[in-house]
Formats: sequence, structure tokens, C-alpha cells
Amino acid sequence: MSVFYENRDIVTPGDLLAEGEFEAGRNTYKIDSKIYACKLGLVEYKGKTVQVVALNTFYVPSVGDIVIGKIIEINLHGWIVDINSPYLAMLRPTEALNKSYKPQKDELSGFLDVGDLIQAKIIAYDRTRNPLLTIKEPGLGKITRGQIVKVSPAKIPRIIGRKGSMINMLKRETRCNIVVGQNGLIHICGRNSEDERIAVLAIKKIELEAHTSGLTDRITEMIRKERRSE
Amino acid sequence: MTEKIRLVDDNGIRTDGRKLDELRPIKLEAGVLSNADGSAYIEQGKNKILAAVYGPREVHPRHLALPDRALLRCRYHMAPFSVQERKSPAPSRREIELSKVIREALEPAIFLERFPRTAIDLFIEVLQADGGTRVAGITVASLALADAGIPMRDIVAACAAGKADGYILLDLNDLEDKEGEADVPVAYMPSLNRVGLLQMDGQLTPEEFEKAFNLAIEGCKKIYALQKQALKAKYLAIKEAVEETGQK
Repeated sequence: MSVFYENRDIVTPGDLLAEGEFEAGRNTYKIDSKIYACKLGLVEYKGKTVQVVALNTFYVPSVGDIVIGKIIEINLHGWIVDINSPYLAMLRPTEALNKSYKPQKDELSGFLDVGDLIQAKIIAYDRTRNPLLTIKEPGLGKITRGQIVKVSPAKIPRIIGRKGSMINMLKRETRCNIVVGQNGLIHICGRNSEDERIAVLAIKKIELEAHTSGLTDRITEMIRKERRSE
Repeated sequence: MTEKIRLVDDNGIRTDGRKLDELRPIKLEAGVLSNADGSAYIEQGKNKILAAVYGPREVHPRHLALPDRALLRCRYHMAPFSVQERKSPAPSRREIELSKVIREALEPAIFLERFPRTAIDLFIEVLQADGGTRVAGITVASLALADAGIPMRDIVAACAAGKADGYILLDLNDLEDKEGEADVPVAYMPSLNRVGLLQMDGQLTPEEFEKAFNLAIEGCKKIYALQKQALKAKYLAIKEAVEETGQK
């Protein structure tokens, strides 16, 4: 039973993190009783679990996630949506329209067209099939105004913060409505463009400094400073 | 007939001033291209190589997709201006073969089975060549893969050793490669103690081969340390900058 790093040290793929009766958490793998990192990130020892918080990653779909996507294709079965992940998602007409869908007479592009952005939820996904989406829940659907910011999906947990501390602070300080897609796209909708500009700045700063401590306070300070200089 | 060039002098010093078991100076940098998902750059002596990674992403054309794992596609390419005599930009027989051996050296390091039906595209562009570009290509490519956040068992480090003027040398340059007797490129995963690429061009006795192989492994371990440092550098710099302003 031995560990080879301190909590929150930066580790690289192949680094031996721990040996003994540990469990391999996120971004790690186990050979016999040795646990190695498989991504560049910050190591965390939590009791018996060893995990790595990745510094860069791509989005792997997971059922129940809210994502922001772009319609890239329409066919008879529904819409094909780019959700910034290795797999393209499918949105079926039954998960979007309130009436029954008849391919003979209904035109899907009249409802959502190629290039439209949507907020959606993943309802089904496994490795053998592409993810399925729904927009039939309150808050979901076509995005009609505001701005979209793209960040690395690895930084999403930091933008939300512990129990939503960071995102709640952002919403309060910038007076914007912010929806965080788990796939790294963030929708910002404020009362004026100045509010939105500050929110975008704050999110970019969080992305850059995600692996440092005392971030929430620094971001609050930055937003207030931006406000004063208006 | 021209006089044969001496590659190692009486003091055991090579043409570029290195000792027998000395690497060329290496500069490594990760995340140099903003449009790629992951990227890296290496300067090893006079070699200058850029690597870019895209993916995992949808496979085009579709029929190439594998049902049980991701497809790794690799292109090793030398720029027309990378060598003395202009090289045709069309992929040569040599480049196609090197693309294949580099791919096979990197495949065991990546958890390809976690992303079925996707493709990872890897581009290695040699901007300036001075011997040992296949190993430097592997070194920089694995750094770009790690930078892209692709889960890997280990970073792959690669280095060549060989024989020239009867001496076993580490990290041959172009002259030693062409005029020397043998070249042994090795790709190695240090944490797992596994070899991903082993080739030999030329003639060595079994004892000499073993010596060259062990020397190359030692070189790989040194390069591995530099790779780890290069991956961390970007994040450590931000961390330090933030902590510095915090103290003021």
C-alpha cells in the first residue's frame, strides 16, 4: 500500500500512481495491483480510489447529460446533430414534435433546419449505437438568442464548481442566464451584450486557470473590476 | 576514390562534437497548434518535426470504421524543403512504410478499444530532416496524442542507436546514418517496459546488437523524461503565474 504522488500533482500517461489495494478511478488503469494514469491531469487520492482529473479531454456521451448541439443533416428518420463528440447524435421526430410525424407530408426542416443550435438531453447511448437526443422537456429546444462559448469538456466540472458554486456566482454577477452543456458548449443569454461579454471573458479565464486554487474569488474580483471600468 | 570520412576521432568525439552515448540537444513543446485537437513540436539536433492529432472523430469514408475499436490513421510526410535535394511532396514508398511502422509503434499505447467506430488521425510533418526522423516522429506523435487528451497506457519514447567507425553510437545523425555501418531504431514505453518498434539496418554481431539496443533504451528513458516535462510545462507556467499574482 503505497502512493507515489501528492494530491493535485500533475501526472502524465504511464505514471505509476499507487500500488496495493486501491481502486482505479477515472482516467486511470490497473495492471495487477499497480495503478497508472492514462491521461495528463491532476491526481486525486480519495480513500481507496485513485483518480486523475484530466486537463484536456473530449466529450464522451452519457445518458441524462444536457448538451448543446448543431443540426448538420436532415433525413427521413430525423435530424443528425453534431454534439462535439466522437459520435454524431440523432434526434427523432417523436422526441421533438408534439404531434405524430408523417414522412409523406411533414417537412422536418420547417421545424429545425440545418445550422440551428439546440439544447438537448441524451436519452440513450451505448458503444454500438450513436446517441439519441430529446428536446421534449422544459428548457430544451432551439436556441434563438444569446452567445455560445466553446471550452474543453474537461473544464466543465470546474465551470460548474462544487455544488454549482462557480456557475451560481457567474449567473449572479453577470446577470446572464447561462446553460452549461456537458459537451463543452456553453449558452449565455443576457439582457445586453455587455453582460454577455463579461460572462464570456470570465468563462475563458476559468478555462485557462481551471487547475489552480482560489479561482472562484479571483473570477468574482475580475467581473467586478470589468463592471467598474465600463 | 575519395578518402573515407572519420565519424569518430581518437578521443571518442563525433563529427558534431558529441560523445558516443550522448543525445542531440532536444527541444519539445506540446500544444503548438490551436486548430488541432492535440499537437506537438520537436527539435532534435537539426531535425524539426511537427505533429497534429485530430479525433477521435467520425470515420470518413464510413466503411473503414471498425466495430470494436478506433482506427488510428497515421501520415508521416517530409516537406519538399526538408532535405538538401528537393523531395517530391507525393508520398514515397519510404514514407508509406514509415507511416505504417509509426502507427504500429503507437497503437499498443492507446486505449483504442474504448472508442469503437471512430478514427484518430495523426499527421507527422518533417520540416527539416537530419537522420532519425522516424524515432523523433514517434516521440513527437505520442506527445501530441497525450496533448489531445486521448487515454494512453504510456507515452512512447523513441531513439536510435547504431554503429559507425566500429563504435556503438547513440542517436545517429544523417551523416553517421549514411556513412556508418548500422542503425537500430527503437520505440519504447518506459513505465510498462515494452518495445513497440525495433528495426535494424546494416550489420551487427549479436553482442553489438545487444549493446546498441540497450543504449537506445537508455536514450528512450532520457527522452521520456523530457516528454513528461514538456506535457506539464504549459500548465505549470499558468499555475506559477497565478500563484505569483496571488502573493502580491
